[in-house]
Amino acid sequence: MAELNSKIPKGPLTSKWTHYKDHQNLVNPSNKRKLDIIIVGTGLAGSAAAASLGEMGFNVKIFCYQDSPRRAHSIAAQGGINAAKNYPNDGDSIYRLFYDTIKGGDYRAREANVYRLAEVSNNIIDQCVAQGVPFAREYGGSLENRSFGGAQVSRTFFARGQTGQQLLLGSYGALSRQIKLGTVKLYNRHEMMDVVIVDGKARGIIARDLITGKLERHFGHAVIVATGGYGNVFYLSTNAMGSNTSAIWQIFKKGAWFANPCFTQIHPTCIPVHGDYQSKLTLMSESLRNDGRIWVPKRKEDAEAHRNGKLKANDIPEENRDYFLERRYPAFGNLVPRDVASRAAKERCDAGYGVGSTGLAVFLDFRESIGRLGKNVIEERYGNLFQMYEKIVDENPYVNPMMIYPAVHYTMGGTWVDYELQTTVTGLFAAGEANFSDHGANRLGASALMQGLADGYFVLPYTVQNYLAGEIRVARMPTDKAEFDEAEKAVQARLDKLMGIHGTRSVDHFHKELGKIMWEFVGMARNEAGLKKAIELIRQLRDDFWKDVKIPGTMNELNIELEKANRVADFLELGELLAFDALNRNESCGGHFREEYQTEEGECKRNDEDFKYVAAWEYVSEGQFKLHKEDLAYEEIEVKQRVYK
Amino acid sequence: MKLTLKIWRQKDAKSTGKFVTYPLDNISPNCSFLEMLDILNEQLIRKNEEPVVFDHDCREGICGMCSLYINGRPHGPDDAVTVCQLHMRKFSDGDTIVVEPWRAKPFPVVRDLMVDRSAFDRIIQEGGYISVNTGGAAEANNILVGKENAELAMDAAACIGCGACVAACKNASAMLFVSAKISQFALLPQGQVEAKQRVKKMVRMMDELGFGNCTNTYACEAECPKLISRSNIARMNREFMCAKVI
Repeated sequence: MAELNSKIPKGPLTSKWTHYKDHQNLVNPSNKRKLDIIIVGTGLAGSAAAASLGEMGFNVKIFCYQDSPRRAHSIAAQGGINAAKNYPNDGDSIYRLFYDTIKGGDYRAREANVYRLAEVSNNIIDQCVAQGVPFAREYGGSLENRSFGGAQVSRTFFARGQTGQQLLLGSYGALSRQIKLGTVKLYNRHEMMDVVIVDGKARGIIARDLITGKLERHFGHAVIVATGGYGNVFYLSTNAMGSNTSAIWQIFKKGAWFANPCFTQIHPTCIPVHGDYQSKLTLMSESLRNDGRIWVPKRKEDAEAHRNGKLKANDIPEENRDYFLERRYPAFGNLVPRDVASRAAKERCDAGYGVGSTGLAVFLDFRESIGRLGKNVIEERYGNLFQMYEKIVDENPYVNPMMIYPAVHYTMGGTWVDYELQTTVTGLFAAGEANFSDHGANRLGASALMQGLADGYFVLPYTVQNYLAGEIRVARMPTDKAEFDEAEKAVQARLDKLMGIHGTRSVDHFHKELGKIMWEFVGMARNEAGLKKAIELIRQLRDDFWKDVKIPGTMNELNIELEKANRVADFLELGELLAFDALNRNESCGGHFREEYQTEEGECKRNDEDFKYVAAWEYVSEGQFKLHKEDLAYEEIEVKQRVYK
Repeated sequence: MKLTLKIWRQKDAKSTGKFVTYPLDNISPNCSFLEMLDILNEQLIRKNEEPVVFDHDCREGICGMCSLYINGRPHGPDDAVTVCQLHMRKFSDGDTIVVEPWRAKPFPVVRDLMVDRSAFDRIIQEGGYISVNTGGAAEANNILVGKENAELAMDAAACIGCGACVAACKNASAMLFVSAKISQFALLPQGQVEAKQRVKKMVRMMDELGFGNCTNTYACEAECPKLISRSNIARMNREFMCAKVI
């Protein structure tokens, strides 16, 4: 089994990446043509990597389960992308972006990776502008910035409330260009079922054609997994319906260790849950906190009257409103990081001040900024978000304050990777949200897009080339090798097993049950007893699933229930690991809040003495995981308590 | 709410499809249209029947995957939304709702309500991008873009590629989709270098794939969930003329 070597280049932090690039191994153009790379996922990381590696001359095969690469869930990111350009002249720098990201991650991210991220952030903006991404502009024609949570500078670039869409369409365009040129081959409506390992190196995948149901074998000299996060383990999340953990879970079972699964992000501003038929939660961009003020009634009787529909928000006078973020965190106010804002909202609701019919909501109010800036300015900034809110909730947010509540949004944890984004399986890489590398215990707003594109455009093209330089003598392997046979057989056996259960309950039933367990015991606040209970309940549910799930239809055709069942089977195992990791981490930091470990004011109480490490889990057998620790050494930054007051 | 659904069922691309009627009861008006279909599917599965297949993913109106033709309108009766953002409160208790897939020759039915829209990808592959390799891009603020044009480019770029414009058009024309991409780049300085090639190639592919022409009914604009303007079609026509003539 591989060792946990993060392979951080030597030398001062500021020159590590330059040093790496200066000394990496290269592959000459004629050899590039002979080397195949498999990329799974067409979000920002996957499509950017495919386009870049294709341009370089490698043979790329890219897979997505959707009908088109442009559907990947990166498209739904709203608010923006960070970069250290310092255009507003407000004191930003690469160092400051690096510092804010490490601090925002509650000192649980790797310094060298984060510094590189901050370093290439500016290249990303240059690249995207060259591609024609229509970022917001000032009247003089230069790029406009806005502020975002966890930072005191304005470093966020945006394209209205559709930044993810525009960036993804940029990389989708670059990918499409390579498809036309023939360097990249697209396999849409295909799902990766397993990775194939030959002599200890990743050499291909087994994929299922979702239209015909047939299993296919694909060879690659290297495999990149860029399949996003695992937030759907909670059933209700802001992820897309199809977002799943299966690729990173299958590689986990084949030896790619899983890091910090308990670091999950609950986003503070989502539209609250309203019924048991609900299939997903909708995010309202963090950028809204720039101009919206978050509050609950000061008096419990007002909150209760609102819950019963007897009192309207606008009828509650100013002096009876509690702007609890501004009160608790005067320095950052409504722009505290997501984990802090989420917990503060939960605290108020738990204390009986929640509003809306369920009592699980707080107000996000634009009255003051509409008064100050005018409705048209607010509309220009957030028009599409306001429209989306109105369509879903059937209330006009220009008149009545929005009601919001935290929801599962992003997962900082993921496949463990070294500095080269290589997993503990040689030749197998993980990028974007699928890996764990840059956000520590909490991700700052507008940093996911930055990381996805950094990995895809500016990191993998170097590190994958460095790896492939050692593989130029390896000829393309035929896919009738024993290793491919075995992998396909195992996938077939699993699908046979699922189809053979003929139980009584639908896949969604089990997914919803799992979600309830996860949200209650492994959600925003966790404790030892709850986590132990969760593990027990998940095991039981998993047993039930394998005995009682019902999948209509057959295997060799388009079968949406089989697709879901295969994904939920993996969530049912991942959920246990998540609880396991949360139980192991006896501290509170970032998105991981253990009730036993909090300060008197209810803030996170980190334990650097015992937990300043990355928890990398190795799969032993079902329900059995072995912990490996990667110590986090901070050379540049002084590790402090994270204060936003 | 009590509803009667008439849903297009088709085993695969080669089979003949037909409408099947399903009664459905106890639907909350706050339910989204797709959540209503989830409830139907749950009931079908319980009865050992195969669930209705439809495309969907983000369920927040941005991925462009959902594509249902409801009571004769792409994305249903509400304006400026995709099906996933359409809520049952837009219907009345007792309604009969007819649900079909996009109907257009270049979008063959895959199964039930799911169609194959890879024709759109093929059009983009012809030139729906600016040919710039990774790395080596100039400093971003060296390219200045006037706010007005930047906003217009963004209006066009907001297209989600769902295909409602094609489904709405009696000619199955893709001109709103294609012109949105052409316009985005025609309005930006970055797009000028390849402008002529781009419009010629994309239009040629659009024709080759069997999409019809525009006869100015503007059904596309009326049904577009992202309010993409028909003026983009005018801009594309001008770009095309210029590319051919000059």
